[in-house]
Amino acid sequence: MQVQVRFFASLRDATGTDSLSLALAEGADLGALLAVLEQRLGPAVEALKAENVRVAVNQDLVSGRTLLSDGDEVAFLPPVTGG
Amino acid sequence: MNVEIRVQQADFSVAAEYESLLARLPAGTGAVASFVGLVREMAGTDDVQTLLLEHYPGMTERSIGGIVDRAGERWPVSDVLVVHRVGELAPNAQIVLVQVASAHRAAAFAACEFIMDYLKTDAIFWKRETTSGGGRWVESTAEDRDRASAWKTG
Repeated sequence: MQVQVRFFASLRDATGTDSLSLALAEGADLGALLAVLEQRLGPAVEALKAENVRVAVNQDLVSGRTLLSDGDEVAFLPPVTGG
Repeated sequence: MNVEIRVQQADFSVAAEYESLLARLPAGTGAVASFVGLVREMAGTDDVQTLLLEHYPGMTERSIGGIVDRAGERWPVSDVLVVHRVGELAPNAQIVLVQVASAHRAAAFAACEFIMDYLKTDAIFWKRETTSGGGRWVESTAEDRDRASAWKTG
C-alpha cells in the first residue's frame, strides 16, 4: 500500500523534504512507517521521534499504535506557534 | 452559533469585518468583543525582521473550529469570526482577528480571550522569524501554555 507523508516547519528543515510517497506492507502501523523513514532519511528520523512531535493521520491527531491504510496522509507536526 | 473561520494571506479590515458582523447579528446581541493580534517589532534592534506563518490547509481550519466549539459550549455566544493570516508578515502587520458576539459583555470578553489563548497552543500554525542573519522557527512558550491551561481550572 502507498501512504503520503508530510513534514511541516522545522521538521521539513530537518528531513529536507516536505513530503514523501512511501510503499508500506499491508497492516503497517506508525512504527513500521518510522522504520521505513529511518531507511530513507537516516539520522534525521530522530527529529520525528521527539516527544513534542504530534502525528496526524488524514488530519486527525493520533497516538499510540495506529494502523495505516492505503492512501493515508500521515503528517508530522512540530509544536505549534500560532495566534 | 454562527461561526466563520478564514485562513488567508491577504490583510483584513477590522471595520469591514465588523460591518459584516453587525449585518448578520441576531436580535438580543448586546456585546461584541474584538481582538487584533499584530506582529511584534523586536525592541532594541534595527534588524529587518519578518515573520513567516505556515499552516496545514484543512487541519488548521478544523483545529480553529474545535477551539471555537469549546468556547461555544462554555459561553452563550451567538457569532464568532476568526481570521488568521499566513505567509510573510512584516512588523506591525495584523496577524489575527477574533470577533465574538453575545448578549452580554462578560461572555463576549471571556470567549474572545479563551479563543485567543487556545489559538496560541492548539491551532495548527508555525511561525518562522527571518532576520538578515538567517531564520529560526519560533518555539512555543511556557507562558502561552500556562494561559491556555488556566482555563481548565478557572
